[in-house]
Amino acid sequence: MSRKIALRDAIREAMTEEMRRDENVFLMGEEVAEYNGAYKVSKGMLDEFGPQRVIDTPISELGFAGIGVGAAMNGLKPIIEFMTWNFAVLAFDQIVNNAAKTLSQSAGEFSCPIVFRGPSGSAGQLAQQHSQTFEAWIANCPGLKVISVSDPYGAKGLMKAAIRDPDPICIMESEVCYGDMGEVPEEEYLLKIGEAAVMREGTDVTIVSFNKMMKVAFAAATELAKEGIQAEVIDLRTIRPLDHETIVKSVKKTNRLVIVDESWPFAGVSSEITYVVQKYAFDHLDAPIIRVNAADTSLPYSAPYVDAYLPNAKKVIDAVKQVTYVK
Amino acid sequence: MTQLANKSKVKKSTSKKKFDKETYLKWYEMMLRIRRFEERTLMAYGQQQVRGFCHVYIGQEAIAAGLISAIRPEDAIVTAYRQHGLAISRGIGTKECMAELYGKKTGVVKGKGGSMHFFSKEKRFFGGNGIVGAQIPIGTGIAFAEKYKGTDNLCVTMFGDGAARQGALYESFNMAMTWKLPVLYICENNHYAMGTSVERTSNVHDLYKIGHAFEMPSEAVDGMSPESVHNALEKAAAHIRSGKGPYYLEIKTYRYKGHSVSDPAKYRTKEEVKEYKDQDPVKMTEAKILKDKIATPEEIATIKAAIKKEIEEAVKFAEESPLPSGDDIYEDNYLQKDYPFLT
Ligand SMILES: Cc1ncc(C[n+]2csc(CCOP(=O)(O)OP(=O)(O)O)c2C)c(N)n1
Ligand SMILES: [Mg+2]
Repeated sequence: MSRKIALRDAIREAMTEEMRRDENVFLMGEEVAEYNGAYKVSKGMLDEFGPQRVIDTPISELGFAGIGVGAAMNGLKPIIEFMTWNFAVLAFDQIVNNAAKTLSQSAGEFSCPIVFRGPSGSAGQLAQQHSQTFEAWIANCPGLKVISVSDPYGAKGLMKAAIRDPDPICIMESEVCYGDMGEVPEEEYLLKIGEAAVMREGTDVTIVSFNKMMKVAFAAATELAKEGIQAEVIDLRTIRPLDHETIVKSVKKTNRLVIVDESWPFAGVSSEITYVVQKYAFDHLDAPIIRVNAADTSLPYSAPYVDAYLPNAKKVIDAVKQVTYVK
Repeated sequence: MTQLANKSKVKKSTSKKKFDKETYLKWYEMMLRIRRFEERTLMAYGQQQVRGFCHVYIGQEAIAAGLISAIRPEDAIVTAYRQHGLAISRGIGTKECMAELYGKKTGVVKGKGGSMHFFSKEKRFFGGNGIVGAQIPIGTGIAFAEKYKGTDNLCVTMFGDGAARQGALYESFNMAMTWKLPVLYICENNHYAMGTSVERTSNVHDLYKIGHAFEMPSEAVDGMSPESVHNALEKAAAHIRSGKGPYYLEIKTYRYKGHSVSDPAKYRTKEEVKEYKDQDPVKMTEAKILKDKIATPEEIATIKAAIKKEIEEAVKFAEESPLPSGDDIYEDNYLQKDYPFLT
């Protein structure tokens, strides 16, 4: 049995179920308790679990991220919510210098089973400081796993897996997807971290994407189908470790690849995918890989800049036509 | 919550100092300008002309008023995203500010910053920062540069009660005090950081006490009165200019609206909001001017009419100005003219 629920509800269900299952799991962050979450992801959780386990913090990202790390080293399983990943930049010291390195520098003596989560990416006209994507930044760092969710089903299954995972995990959500509805089973399920999903089968071109750019990928695939081009659309779901097998398998079938990635182009997720595909499927490529990224700039406020900056269906369709040599 | 807010209130100003007519009218006009500008901003937001995050200053205008009379135009100022009122008080035109909110090319930063990011080198307005607390070390650094250059200027570094919980504040206070930097820290304590009251974020509810750990001169100020704000700022500025280093003021104020346009502000009571609205600085200043016969009702009416006209003209200017094309998105990312962007 399944029902349709919103992405924010899927994330909340995952956290709630895991908190019922394991009393060491707790949620901490700005406005998560009394305000029910800045984006209402944690709505009702304070009522169920009380202020011991659903904890409002001051605006002290570095401090509470570090408190999460210490608690994780000492046997708890924190879920640390950042109001957005833009603010987690203040906490990068604890994420990168501690959560990621605890296991290595203690030679396995201490682990750091922690989940850092929150929305990443642009969300309208929020301007330079509030519009950044963080998958590539974080995925560069060994010791961390990075998940980026796009739909309720994937989000719930991966969130539950992440909370049970023994390693530190960063999860990227999106403000503009929290209300998106999708089928989610009534029964418990977990998804495997590190596995991409083929969301639409096709034969002519592979489109790889993640997070809210999946909407752009789907929109482009729908348009392309009308013109007789069948795109295979892959949702990465996990950024690190990257499931290059699923991508490579698809490219071996379609011989063409377009990557739709909201992160900046330089040293981005798209660069990494391009590397692994040329390495494992060089002989199968019938055209150079094309990536459609956010512009190589900061994002200014005014609406025309947002249009110029972000990938959209038209840019993806143009890219697909280029790799399929369709005029 | 009403009770908690009461607890952190300060005594009303008892200063006998008299201000002249010009000062009163200057304060009144500026507060009214900011109030009307932002009321109009909220309307434009409702019409989807203004987008993104938008935080208004309504209720806090007495602080902007005190700043115009007590601080010199050469002094620098830096603040957070709740900045329209402070920018206007520095003399940035309401036209440029409204056009910015509309995302127009004629905006104070050409439609690139929006509500949270105004900047003006000419007016020594260093922004408009969207990351809570980030401007605290930046303001300290601006002051560092003034000292380095040997000027007599100071940097007014403003932040909210929520921002006072960022580690950056403690690091900055320590260095500013150690190096005797000419920085005037102002905490605009409007009692809430989004939905979180001051009382829920610390054991220390009187935010001015934070300065004591650094032996920094620190005081609480009534932020609903331009007189009190002016007096506190004047004293602090004199201290700083004498070379004794930083000064810290916790100015107790209130925002009448939600945190941003999307916040229904259900975390506070009607009574609490009313309590502050009853001391509204615009209303109270007008009443005082009339009661003490500082100016005539006709003079007040003239100011009101002029402000009304100014704001209407600002909106018209914003509406009629062109949007950027978007093609110039690569501009202003590097000063290097031929920077090789990845396209
Ligand atoms: C580092 C960081 N964390 C969180 C946020 C989200 N946020 C924006 S404003 C705000 C509340 C700040 O409150 P306060 O400092 O009291 O200023 P006020 O809004 O009351 O003027 C929060 C949590 C942010 N912008 N930056
Ligand atoms: Mg505040």
